[in-house]
Amino acid sequence: MVETSSISSDFDPRKIGVIQDDNSSVDADGGDIVQFVSFKVGDSEYCVDIMAVREIKGWAEVTDLPNTPEFVRGVLNLRGIIVPIFDLRCRFGQGLTECTALHVMIILQVEDRIMGILVDAVSDIITVNTNEILPAPTLDKKSEQKFISGLMTVQERMVALLEIEKLFDLETIVEAAIEE
Amino acid sequence: MAKKVLAVDDSKTMRDMVSFTLSGAGFEVILAEDGAHALSVLNGQSVDLVITDVNMPNMNGIELVGKLRENPLYKTVPILILTTESDDSIKGQGRAAGATGWIVKPFVPDKLLKVVAKVCP
Amino acid sequence: MLPSMQDDPFYQFKVTFFEECDELLGNMESYLTDLEEGDHDSELLNAIFRVVHSIKAGAGAFSFERMVNFTHRFEFLLDKLRDGSMTVDDTIVRVLFDSNDVLVDLVDFARNGAETPREFGAHELAKIEALINGESLPEEGALPAAAGSAVPEVEGEKSKAGTDAGSKVFEIDFSPKPSLFQHANEPLLIIRELSGLGDLKVSLDSSMIPELHVMEPEKSYFTWTFELNTEASRDDIDEVFEFVVDDCDLTIVEKDCTGKITGVDVTAASDLGDDDFGFFVNEEDLPGNQASSNQSAEPTVDQEDDDDFGFFVDVDAGEVEAGVQTNDENSKSYKADSLPVEAPASSEATASVKQSSMPQAPVPQTANAPVAEKPTSVAKVSSIRVDIDRVDKLVNMVGEIVITHSMLASELTVLQEDRQTSLGSGIEEMSMHIRELQDNVMAIRMQPVKSVFSRMPRIVRDVSKKLDKKVKLVTEGENTEVDKTVVEELADPLTHMIRNSLDHGLETPDERIAAGKPAEGKILLSAEHRGGRIVITIADDGRGINRPKVLELAKEKGVVEESQVLSDEEIDNLIFAPGFSTADEVTDLSGRGVGMDVVRRNIQSLGGRVSVVSEPGVGSRFQLTLPLTLAVLDGMVVGVGEQKFVIPINNIIETLRPEKEAIKTLVDGTHVIKVRGEYIRLVETRKTFSVLNAETDLSKNLVVLVEADGDRTIGIVVDKLSGQQQVVIKSLEANFGRVEGIASATILGNGSVCLILDIDGLADMDSSNQSDTAHYLKSNMLSSGISSDVSENEAAQ
Repeated sequence: MVETSSISSDFDPRKIGVIQDDNSSVDADGGDIVQFVSFKVGDSEYCVDIMAVREIKGWAEVTDLPNTPEFVRGVLNLRGIIVPIFDLRCRFGQGLTECTALHVMIILQVEDRIMGILVDAVSDIITVNTNEILPAPTLDKKSEQKFISGLMTVQERMVALLEIEKLFDLETIVEAAIEE
Repeated sequence: MAKKVLAVDDSKTMRDMVSFTLSGAGFEVILAEDGAHALSVLNGQSVDLVITDVNMPNMNGIELVGKLRENPLYKTVPILILTTESDDSIKGQGRAAGATGWIVKPFVPDKLLKVVAKVCP
Repeated sequence: MLPSMQDDPFYQFKVTFFEECDELLGNMESYLTDLEEGDHDSELLNAIFRVVHSIKAGAGAFSFERMVNFTHRFEFLLDKLRDGSMTVDDTIVRVLFDSNDVLVDLVDFARNGAETPREFGAHELAKIEALINGESLPEEGALPAAAGSAVPEVEGEKSKAGTDAGSKVFEIDFSPKPSLFQHANEPLLIIRELSGLGDLKVSLDSSMIPELHVMEPEKSYFTWTFELNTEASRDDIDEVFEFVVDDCDLTIVEKDCTGKITGVDVTAASDLGDDDFGFFVNEEDLPGNQASSNQSAEPTVDQEDDDDFGFFVDVDAGEVEAGVQTNDENSKSYKADSLPVEAPASSEATASVKQSSMPQAPVPQTANAPVAEKPTSVAKVSSIRVDIDRVDKLVNMVGEIVITHSMLASELTVLQEDRQTSLGSGIEEMSMHIRELQDNVMAIRMQPVKSVFSRMPRIVRDVSKKLDKKVKLVTEGENTEVDKTVVEELADPLTHMIRNSLDHGLETPDERIAAGKPAEGKILLSAEHRGGRIVITIADDGRGINRPKVLELAKEKGVVEESQVLSDEEIDNLIFAPGFSTADEVTDLSGRGVGMDVVRRNIQSLGGRVSVVSEPGVGSRFQLTLPLTLAVLDGMVVGVGEQKFVIPINNIIETLRPEKEAIKTLVDGTHVIKVRGEYIRLVETRKTFSVLNAETDLSKNLVVLVEADGDRTIGIVVDKLSGQQQVVIKSLEANFGRVEGIASATILGNGSVCLILDIDGLADMDSSNQSDTAHYLKSNMLSSGISSDVSENEAAQ
């Protein structure tokens, strides 16, 4: 059980206090201050809204769900709730993640659904001003682009903001199943 | 020391209303679902006021009033019965049994408080 | 549902009120049915009266005017039936049924915050009025012009008449009688209240106080004289003395400022008769010839005391209620109070009959005369209401305990611990206790199916009216109990099936007579427990399934091949095929597309099955079987490769190790096994669920024969059996969606998730299912959507 992992040096704990329920606080320069949890999948870095993160767990074996798309790794017992785990690398069309004890599952809650994403490692908590989030590039057919709603630069690194709702939309899961 | 009221009604809605209204006014409210239940709930504890519906299964309100008045403990406790505007015989029976007064259903909370204040300030 | 009104301080009570209405109206339906069947017991009439009476009280409290108006007259009619001044007959029963239907709708309008149509219920109200007045019923459809206006205004807050501006001076003489104290009234409070109205001068005449040794503590020896300078009206002053006006001598005189008497007025009891509250007087202390007491010579209900006391009388109360009713010890008694959680301690659900031997209106007693002891045989059922969330939390917790316990037990096995140690026996004992705990907790959530059954008569009435069919609905076993969640899920399928029977099953009266049947059709709705499941039967004595037509339609729609030959039973079961509808025209009762296939799917998603047996010309019988609870099931854990699955024990017929020669392969690669002369299709879980490292040699496998709905048998091929256990059902759909061939999930002792097989789904699946996966996913996952199982998620927070 890994609680929120490494916190980078530029992390300002004073910012935590000003986070409101909607994960935003007004910054002096206008725009809102928002926080994200960032993580790595392969060489890329992504992030999700911190408010959606329920918990972060080390990888554990899951139960396979038959006849579901490949990226649905299976289901996990989270204190009595059955939670599906999605392999993000596979979701982005880069093949199945080869899991080790170092891999991490981020448990997310979207509306009243709970699900987990399997990623390589959690890297950071990012605090940014909404002004600094760039719009996502125009849609191309590259599968992962569909799920990205914005881009931001954090210490020279490019981090892509994921739109979780889209990621696990049933329609797209079904489409994926059909593609397979 | 909050005044204690026993409210007896077989309708949960009415119990809730009476309970809410009176607790809001600072009373301590005990509830019972019918006459027999009321007696067992009371079980000899002292109360400052009893409000009871009449038409209930298992021992109606009139009978409850009679039982209470027989008991020296409750001889001087004000008892209000819930009646309806359409049935005056109820008032007569209640009166005969020893009730202090009545409240006509349907009532609004303010009315209830007003009547309660008359007998149990 | 009730629109959430955050600013409504009574929101919570309204929720309670509507819950209570549902319960009351549910009971009402069965009371009226009893009444219709000739039970005219006074206790039954009382119970019916109480339903309307309770609803009226709540409606008044929340100012649901339409409901108040309607219940007011409805109650009045019931009161007349109750006190015997009117006798129940068929006409009246019909009106009661109709009025009850109107009341159900009025409650719904109020619940949904919807505008009640202006003329709504006017016709039934007119019928009620006609009955009350002993007139003949108005023509169907003819709306009496004055229907609405016949409703008397129900008093709410009365505006005080005669409030004069400017201050006046009243002189009041007030002399309490002993009865004032016997009724627990208190002069001090009255004086206080009076002083609240204005400037009060009080003078006390205590000259009547006797010597101490002759003083009677219960007597009053005081007389007060008040001078009240007030802006309040005369009505306001009357109100102060409301509760004691007949327990005292009272004179109220209005003076002008010069002190001259402008009018003498004594309190008139009859003025108070229609006030919102009042007080009582003891008859032993009747005012003699005081000018102050104004007596209206009304009969009193008191049969023991003199009739010389003036008693308040209602303006329209022409008669006085008979004080005593026959008290039949053997009469059935009906519970009109609500027992929301009826948790039978044992599985044998005994309908608790409350024996109330109290007459509804006992002979009034005076305060001092003890009430004659009446023999009572009240079998008390004490109950409490519990928020369902609390029960659900409890169920969840017990589920967790079960899982933890089985984890400990399996850990113990791994340790090779000698089972004779106290640790071993402790675990054993615990398992029994847990099982019992679980049964008891589940029992709390058990509810009689009555709450759903009671909605059906209304549907039957409405639909049969529309279709011009005559039908009698007979219900049986409505006290059969199932888990609350199952009860809730039953309403839709039952409604649909009842409509289906009315629409397709039953013939018109003419057709029935032509077929030599009674004009009135019959629908039986029954429930019973059978083998740990509940079986619900919906049978009609109608025309049966029209097989040629069904087959023709099925071929038309491509449900079956043109050349296929089907048995009668197979044809009957076609009505459950998706998109199947035999309606000649699209009526509002059974439109196309929504048919028995939806019913079957819903029932299956609950782990239930539905089947039909039909005989042309004689009728059809539909049968639903459902688990008693959706929370736990007894399962057989099976192993396939590295995976484990759970097969519900209820479906299992037997397990066998197949002989090589008993297995045959069909053209499409499907394997079948010959068991006792019948070929049974094998479902190879290894293939169906793409399990790795599983045994491929069928003769080394085990075959679990299971029964799916529609009397189909399939053989599920597994590697090994890992044992039986009770498993806690967890939703897969809450956070994901439906998975083909999987009903739900559970958690095993080691904390891992294990999938529970959907037997009916597997039977439905094509053997070459791989190609269907996408199609199936699309149809199933999207149709099921994401059912939000909030409670399950919340429990984990």
